[in-house]
Amino acid sequence: MLEIKNLVFEVPVKEGSKKTKRIIDNISLNIEDNCLNVITGPNGGGKSTLAKLIMGIEQPTSGQIVFNGVDITHMGCSDRAKMGIGYAFQQPPRFKGIRVKKLLEIAAGKRLPMFTCNQYLSQVGLCSASYLNREVDKSLSGGEIKRIEIATILARNPQLALYDEPEAGIDLWSFDRLTETFKAIHEKRDNHSIVIISHQERIINLADQIILLKDGHIEDQGTAQEIIPKLDMTMKKMRAEQNPACSFSEPTDIAVGQINTNC
Amino acid sequence: MAVDLSPIDESLLATISGMHGMPKGAFNIRRNGKLVERHSSANIEISTKDDEPGIDIRIAPGTKGETVYIPVIVTQAGIKDVVYNTFYVGDDCDVTIIAGCGIHNEAHQTSQHDGIHTFYCGKNSHVVYKEAHYGEGGKGGVRILNPVTNVFMEEGAYCEMLLSQLRGVNSTMRETNAELKDHAKLMVTEKLLTHDNQTAVSNMHFELKGDNSSVQVVSRSVARDHSSQVFNLLVIGKAKCHGHVQCDAIIMGQGKVKSIPGIEADCEDAMLMHEAAIGKIAGDQLIKLETLGLTEDEAEKEILEDFLS
Repeated sequence: MLEIKNLVFEVPVKEGSKKTKRIIDNISLNIEDNCLNVITGPNGGGKSTLAKLIMGIEQPTSGQIVFNGVDITHMGCSDRAKMGIGYAFQQPPRFKGIRVKKLLEIAAGKRLPMFTCNQYLSQVGLCSASYLNREVDKSLSGGEIKRIEIATILARNPQLALYDEPEAGIDLWSFDRLTETFKAIHEKRDNHSIVIISHQERIINLADQIILLKDGHIEDQGTAQEIIPKLDMTMKKMRAEQNPACSFSEPTDIAVGQINTNC
Repeated sequence: MAVDLSPIDESLLATISGMHGMPKGAFNIRRNGKLVERHSSANIEISTKDDEPGIDIRIAPGTKGETVYIPVIVTQAGIKDVVYNTFYVGDDCDVTIIAGCGIHNEAHQTSQHDGIHTFYCGKNSHVVYKEAHYGEGGKGGVRILNPVTNVFMEEGAYCEMLLSQLRGVNSTMRETNAELKDHAKLMVTEKLLTHDNQTAVSNMHFELKGDNSSVQVVSRSVARDHSSQVFNLLVIGKAKCHGHVQCDAIIMGQGKVKSIPGIEADCEDAMLMHEAAIGKIAGDQLIKLETLGLTEDEAEKEILEDFLS
């Protein structure tokens, strides 16, 4: 489905400087059909940048990205979206005036019945139909906007869906629902693939392929069975180095006092 | 339509008031300073003023679920139309009033309409007022709209005002004023689009005189090209009241916006708040919509349309 060949992404050390820093360092990677991939690794390792390069939000310094046999390296993100790539932002933007239903319809590329919209929202743990008429603005909490962001990708149903830390800001109950949703999409195996950037053990456990990204390059890569024991060792090593950045973690917002919004 | 309306007239009416054909119930259609067609209903009486140009709209107490249309269209160049419309909304009503002005001006002359609207909202009445302004025609024509809206709200009255300038208005000076008695609630949403070299000034002045009265103002404006807008608002709390003002503006090209929201508390129990923001469309908003398959132009159009919708 997706082939990444010798991908490099460099940015100036500071604005106007000719000196560059390498964020993605000669990465080559294949994403197969019907495959759930998890990219994990310490903060600053290049995970989000790699996803943005695949989506076309950032343009690589060198290297090649091929999607379904087509070289998309220099395509913009709109064209890549039309070809079947989708990206759920880690920090989704807010829109004054755009209502949740409208955003889902933009994502789907067509008008949607209320029932269908509600289904997308329930898949991310938002059950109230009242959300549909709300504006995607600051009146929504961080967790709500994050779940709506994921719902837009469900509505779009891209052949290759990239989720950038979908668990961030989401409470435990919604995280359960979300994990089930990823599992269900994956079990359909209808020629769709998912790439999830995550530190969550339960999401990592769903993966067919795990990619450990560190300092802009692939530190390790393999099946869950192969990689998880190594990740555990990496975690221990990190702890020993008093750097918790790479450790498995629980969902970041454990809002115990909240009403269960699962369906 | 039974009356003589050209396709341009019909198009303008549809744009500003959503009318397709003559509406049911009470209405008054004005074109180029003259009455085209009028109809009163059992509960809503429309009559010509004796002392000045304009109409009185008297809505009987207890009228529920009725809509009255009073659109104005100007299709002659060089015309200046000033009209005074007064609404007497009885107690315990629940009505919708749809106004607005559309100007079509192809010539190198000025067409102007100044609509001075005064509302007396009776006790516990519920009024929704929608007013849209729109101009079209050649680049040479100048289209000016200077609306004045004065609202006097009795105890427990609720008024929702949706004021918009869609496009094509070269110059506007807008005045919106209100006085609220006990438990009255006013919701004002004003949305303005200016483009090319257009100018818009919107002045608002609201006095919360009654206990438990409240006003909520949402101002959204888009200034494109070389256009400019000034938003000047003052909410005065003279009793135990609530006031909230939210002004958001998007600037594009060389567009300029000056936003001056003001709040003044003349009573220690007044709770007033304002917030204002001006900026261009955020890059991540455009990118988000592009990742959903829209081009940059489509994304920009979508953001602006929804912001002003």
